[in-house]
Amino acid sequence: MSQNNEFPSDDSALIDPILKTGRWYYISVACLFCIVAWGIFSWGYQIRNGLGVTGMNRPIFWGIYIANFVFFIGISHAGTLISAILRVTGAEWRKPVTRCAEAITVFALVVGPINVIIDLGRVDRMMNILPFVKWGRFQSPLLWDVCCITAYLIGSVTFLYLPLIPDIAMLRDKINKRRWLYKTLALGWTGSPRQKKVLETLMSIMTILIIPVAVSVHTVVAWVFAMTIQPMWHSTIFGPYFVIGAIFSGIASLIIAMAILRKALHLEEYLKPIHFNYLGVLLLTMCLLWFYFTFAEYLTTFYGAEPEHMEVFYAKLGGEFTPFFIVMIVTCFIIPFIFLAPRKLRTITGTVIASISINIGMWLERFLIIAPTLSRPRLDYGGHGIYHPTWVEISIFAGEIATLCLLYFIFIKIFPIISIWELKKHDKEEEITVKEKPAEALS
Amino acid sequence: MEKAKIQWGMTIDLDLCIGCQACTLACKQENNISFVSQKQAKMGRIIEWNQVIHTVKGEVPYTKLRFLPRLCNHCEQPACTKVCPVGATYKNPEGLVAQIYTRCIGCRFCTVACPYTARYFNWYTPEWPEEMKKSLNPDVYVRTKGVAEKCTFCSQRIRAAKDKAKDEERELRDGDVVPACVEICPTKARLFGNLADSESRVAKLSRSPRAFRLLAHLGTQPKVIYLSERAWNESE
Repeated sequence: MSQNNEFPSDDSALIDPILKTGRWYYISVACLFCIVAWGIFSWGYQIRNGLGVTGMNRPIFWGIYIANFVFFIGISHAGTLISAILRVTGAEWRKPVTRCAEAITVFALVVGPINVIIDLGRVDRMMNILPFVKWGRFQSPLLWDVCCITAYLIGSVTFLYLPLIPDIAMLRDKINKRRWLYKTLALGWTGSPRQKKVLETLMSIMTILIIPVAVSVHTVVAWVFAMTIQPMWHSTIFGPYFVIGAIFSGIASLIIAMAILRKALHLEEYLKPIHFNYLGVLLLTMCLLWFYFTFAEYLTTFYGAEPEHMEVFYAKLGGEFTPFFIVMIVTCFIIPFIFLAPRKLRTITGTVIASISINIGMWLERFLIIAPTLSRPRLDYGGHGIYHPTWVEISIFAGEIATLCLLYFIFIKIFPIISIWELKKHDKEEEITVKEKPAEALS
Repeated sequence: MEKAKIQWGMTIDLDLCIGCQACTLACKQENNISFVSQKQAKMGRIIEWNQVIHTVKGEVPYTKLRFLPRLCNHCEQPACTKVCPVGATYKNPEGLVAQIYTRCIGCRFCTVACPYTARYFNWYTPEWPEEMKKSLNPDVYVRTKGVAEKCTFCSQRIRAAKDKAKDEERELRDGDVVPACVEICPTKARLFGNLADSESRVAKLSRSPRAFRLLAHLGTQPKVIYLSERAWNESE
């Protein structure tokens, strides 16, 4: 069964989005641009007046900016898992999916760290964190974040760019638009055997390198919390828990992006139900792992029953955060499980419903890690921290989502979102291996 | 390693504390701590380097009211200095946990990491009523918006006492340095001095059987030592 390897021989559907621009594209870009502009205005308002315009306070010193940071960095894990791990394991069905995923990684990695910058009280002193030239200290987990995220951004841009080269060269030769850009970026690619060999070697190196970097990124994001001694943050499970959560929301974001691209760019011939099915199975695995980690984390706290930890525990299960907690469990576990476990429901619609639900739930999960712990300081001073995000925080969040979409929209206008040359490259050896892949058994 | 000559510390006798909050006010006045509106205070934006926490335990009529003045503990193993990405907070050789306002980037990692919630953040540019502006202390830096701040053990008074001792060509004596909160305390519940000098009054009190440190099990080794006959947070 090699239905997923059969793609139309005429790839005009993949180049069309670059050549023709419809009315809806302009409308969506204009809308996104307005939301981004509003977000930037809100940020300006915040810089002018101070962080007091947010809902943050003492003791809830960190709010949805930090939740957004973890959320977007989580989404950025879409690219790595799908591309790198599937490349390493030689899962051939990944071919039409990888570039969508890698692009999400790059753009989410642009948006994510901006949250930390927005969260700074003195943005003008941002450069103080540079080590060696300024005062940056590697002792602080924030510096670990800076290093890992920078490495991951450079790595994932390279990872996106390398397999783009043959396609850019093809565009350079085929179309008349933006020749200077394609000519520069194609780096003189002619498709000679030597060039192909170099590209393949570089890709194999990058594939292996990017996996530990990606794991490190979300681990150190978790360690920002876990390295403190605050109740329900100071946990050894946090590193792996965050990595799983990141891959979970990453795949979910990928499925949503794929479904939109499929409809908007008429890629039905390329992004087939079987891809959604395979990704759905991966998503289900992550869903179960996420539930297992969450369960382990909460049971350990509950059974140990240290008073200060129980304060936070009961803030989530029985306190003011309970509604969010219930929604998190429903959207992160129950809904995805219902739609992903039975083969019948693991359709495009089913996986998209599960994915939207997961992204809502995973944002709540990050929020529920940050706010409840901060609301219950160890020294009880006769009350709880209360946090209501303001219009500034919500506008900035909307602006960030719009930025991510806008970058993606611009990308699909310049580059083919599906790797054309990889679809064509399909030698006999691969045909044989495809049949041996365990993924085949799932279909 | 040579033993430090000076390690500043404070003792607070809870059996003497009457919860009058004079310390909180004196601290505000001494250290140019800004005023916030009632609305902002309700949101949790009030800044009190010295805060008197009161707890009411038990059922009426058997209630027990306890006071706990809480300030920066100037820990030996501070949780806050460890996480600062730019070294804007650090432990100085005399054991003070200091803050460099001009370097702070306002990431609030320190405020989040402190288990005593002893750190504060300037959500807005600090403000004072017009008539208060003339009484700002010229010895203390006025903070900008967006930086963290906390109790400094009145480091400006430590500096002044050192200068005075130098002018008089003598060593610093026990009781030379008197932070604002210690000076104002009507029941003399507070004392300030050098913990490294085993004969100083604070060092002697720190060896008392009544002495305890806040959340000592966390291993932060506070240099603010409380004295009390009973546990401050007894649960019954």
